[in-house]
Amino acid sequence: MKELLKDLNKAFENRVRLGIMSALMVNDHLDFNTLKNLLGVTDGNLASHLRSLEKSEYITYTKVFLDRKPNTRYSATSKGREAFTKHIKAIEQLLK
Amino acid sequence: MEKEKYLQDLEEIKDIMNRSSRFISLSGLSGIFAGIFALGGAYAAYRTIYVNQDYLSYSRTLLDSDSLFKLLLIAVATIALSVITGIYFTTRETKRNNQKIWDYQTKRLLINFAIPLVSGGLLCLILLIRGYVGLVAPLTLVFYGLSLVNASKYTLNEIRSLGIAEIVLGLLAAYFIGFGLLFWSVGFGVLHIVYGILMHMRYSK
Repeated sequence: MKELLKDLNKAFENRVRLGIMSALMVNDHLDFNTLKNLLGVTDGNLASHLRSLEKSEYITYTKVFLDRKPNTRYSATSKGREAFTKHIKAIEQLLK
Repeated sequence: MEKEKYLQDLEEIKDIMNRSSRFISLSGLSGIFAGIFALGGAYAAYRTIYVNQDYLSYSRTLLDSDSLFKLLLIAVATIALSVITGIYFTTRETKRNNQKIWDYQTKRLLINFAIPLVSGGLLCLILLIRGYVGLVAPLTLVFYGLSLVNASKYTLNEIRSLGIAEIVLGLLAAYFIGFGLLFWSVGFGVLHIVYGILMHMRYSK
């Protein structure tokens, strides 16, 4: 049991962070507002969770301009993808 | 309990992956109506093409510019009616699912749908102008099928098999040339109605 638990990632214990990663796993990139609508959270809440995922280097962002408006696109890093896959596998093992 | 929480997590992951990558609010009703309009359009086209013909030249057609114009008019009317009802029912469905009608997903879906469809549509127009009428019905089916298969990655799974069915019909229509309109009615009319009913029963409950 201990073995299994070590693969469970603290970073994904939170619902919002779990949601962000799930969405970024199946999309090349998503912008801030799309994520906000998808998860139904406030600006501040989403921003703080995005920042914490950035800190763990699980996601990265690029800023582009659309019609002169700044647009931040988030995407998952390979490190993030790996960590997320491990986390899911650990959950599946746990539920067996 | 722990397990309960992780089960919920998995559910949530699946839900978010689906909602963020696929447009799930396609309405079955719009399929049913598109099918009915297509049958109406096919009947009108039949009356236009096969008017004043003797039985010897049945299912061989020569189009003058007058009936060609009439055919295009029928086509445009059929497409316009289907698109309008499609937008109406789909908007209603997105409201029910708390989704936005015009977002990243719809754009991606429409662009991927449009690329094969517009190329096929232009090709068919060129063929019509050049007088290769017989190839138009099979090719519209094939290209429509390809568009559906291409778009199916971004929406409900059923769209993929509908697309494959349209491609098969189109190829059959190309072989049995002269029965183009019949295959066309089955592909755009009957198949749309069948899939529309299927999807309506599956998703709109």
